[in-house]
Amino acid sequence: MQEIDFKNPNRLVDIAYLKSVASQIRQDIILTLGESKSGHAGGSLSCTDILVSLYFGKMKHDPKNPKWPDRDRLLLSKGHAAPALYSTLAEAGYFPKDELKTLRKINSRLQGHPDPNKVPGVEIPGGPEGIGLSEGIGMALAARLDGKQLRVHVITGDGELDEGEVWEAAMAAAKFKLDNLVAIVDRNGLQQEGTTSEIMPSDPVPDKFKAFNWNVIEINGNDIAAVLGALNQAEKVKLVPTVIVAKTVKGKGVEFMENKVEYHAKTLTPEIVQQALEKLRVQK
Amino acid sequence: MIFMEQKLESMREGMGSVLAELGYTNKNLVIVGADTTESLSLHQFGEKFPDRLFNVGIAEQNMIGISAGLALYGKTVFCGTYAVFLERAIDQIRNTIGYCKLDVKIIGAHTGISVGPDGGSHQAIEDIAIMRAIPNMKVVVPSDSYSTKALVNEMANTKGPFYLRLIRSSVPNLYQDQKISVGKANVLREGKDIAIIACGIMVHEALKAADRLQKEGILARVIDCHTIKPLDEDTIMKAANETNRVITAEDHNMYGGLGSAVAELLSRKRPTPIGMVAVKDVFGESGKDTEVMSKYGITEKDIFDKAKEMVR
Repeated sequence: MQEIDFKNPNRLVDIAYLKSVASQIRQDIILTLGESKSGHAGGSLSCTDILVSLYFGKMKHDPKNPKWPDRDRLLLSKGHAAPALYSTLAEAGYFPKDELKTLRKINSRLQGHPDPNKVPGVEIPGGPEGIGLSEGIGMALAARLDGKQLRVHVITGDGELDEGEVWEAAMAAAKFKLDNLVAIVDRNGLQQEGTTSEIMPSDPVPDKFKAFNWNVIEINGNDIAAVLGALNQAEKVKLVPTVIVAKTVKGKGVEFMENKVEYHAKTLTPEIVQQALEKLRVQK
Repeated sequence: MIFMEQKLESMREGMGSVLAELGYTNKNLVIVGADTTESLSLHQFGEKFPDRLFNVGIAEQNMIGISAGLALYGKTVFCGTYAVFLERAIDQIRNTIGYCKLDVKIIGAHTGISVGPDGGSHQAIEDIAIMRAIPNMKVVVPSDSYSTKALVNEMANTKGPFYLRLIRSSVPNLYQDQKISVGKANVLREGKDIAIIACGIMVHEALKAADRLQKEGILARVIDCHTIKPLDEDTIMKAANETNRVITAEDHNMYGGLGSAVAELLSRKRPTPIGMVAVKDVFGESGKDTEVMSKYGITEKDIFDKAKEMVR
């Protein structure tokens, strides 16, 4: 692992290196889910590049001091992508990688959906959809009250946009002029029972946020350079919150899982794990 | 011992005045409201600390989510609205505030059928049951403005989740200078024949009933059980041991509230006959507070009748 100055938000990072980190994290996700025999592969793989961009490329944070008051925050509202968050935090050094094997097992800190009181680096509880953006508003308001120059990022799923609370929060973030808040929609186009356009059409997502008075940036969310570019751009915008609508591929990196509804939460058998790891290693 | 001042006071205004005072000493205290901040008297705080009161509009789920975010950051949060509206955010209350044991105090105002004219849709009669069933959640139901102030002050200085249940009606103060603390029920009147364990507005009804009972030679102990969780087991056990009969009285459904909490305790530790004065699993309706309470059987008369029946 390269030495990364996590506490410096203006650090220079090599994109090729970040890609190799993402590949490693994807392998860890697959191995972890193979061990746990339940959990969500597709939505974990779709947001991996976003998590790597934030934790390795951009956010100021300190794996040795997870509660550092000045840290930027990452709130994983789509808590079912816990394997991606845990693998990223372990890779960054928040806890030993070996612990990933305990995911979803009795007496583990690594609950099926993240618990901030158990896992260093986890900021909010995960599970029910649609709450994270509201929690992000609370943190952004608190940081502003305390005069902290820190940024709050919330990753939501796109199926999650079905939840009414997301739009309550969208109105409120604009009202409170939270330019320290960034929502990132992991727009992989699939949810548990089908495509988002079949289950509950949410298009046009960017226009909806524009109508709610947000700054909107559209990118390819599996392109680390594009994610970093969008985060830098968001920092320059004042008095409005920013949403990054990140077009992603569910199951990204494992060809036979890509854009497949059934890999939302399918059990990964040892055979599937082997095949997936081969696909990921070839890309590396 | 009890000072019966007939001047009526609002619990909400009592709470609001304490929060406005606490704002000076506790800079970490913030409030989140949902377009009912004046009705809850939270504007008393907002006028002094406008940057620390957040009004999120008619959006209770968002109110709870934002409160959770503020608390996860490290703030002490009071938030609230009418209890029936809070109930659409039970998911958020359970999965953020309860699950993570956050420092959020949830105010449920306008509870019980004594809400009156607004009608059954606005009369929360299931809130104690719901909140009591959430792990980590403490449940506090004050009976007057004086005790509300004391309990709010203690809650603000105690980390962790609380549900504070307030009524709409103004009531006379029952307390003058007694010590009131979370988890410790107050015995307002001694008695050996029967114990009336009440909360909220029903403490007033219980005291009136006890007066009438005394005239009939029945000495009723009256307990203000303002904390439903954690329940003051010692005071209730002592009452059961010394009177052998218990009546519970609450402006709440007969299921899951104070009566259930007391029954759970006594059936486990000391089986005791219990009469429950509560709403009989029906929704209320519009009318004056006293009219609705009378029609739905939660007045001093209902307590009196139940006591006569049990002591006979």
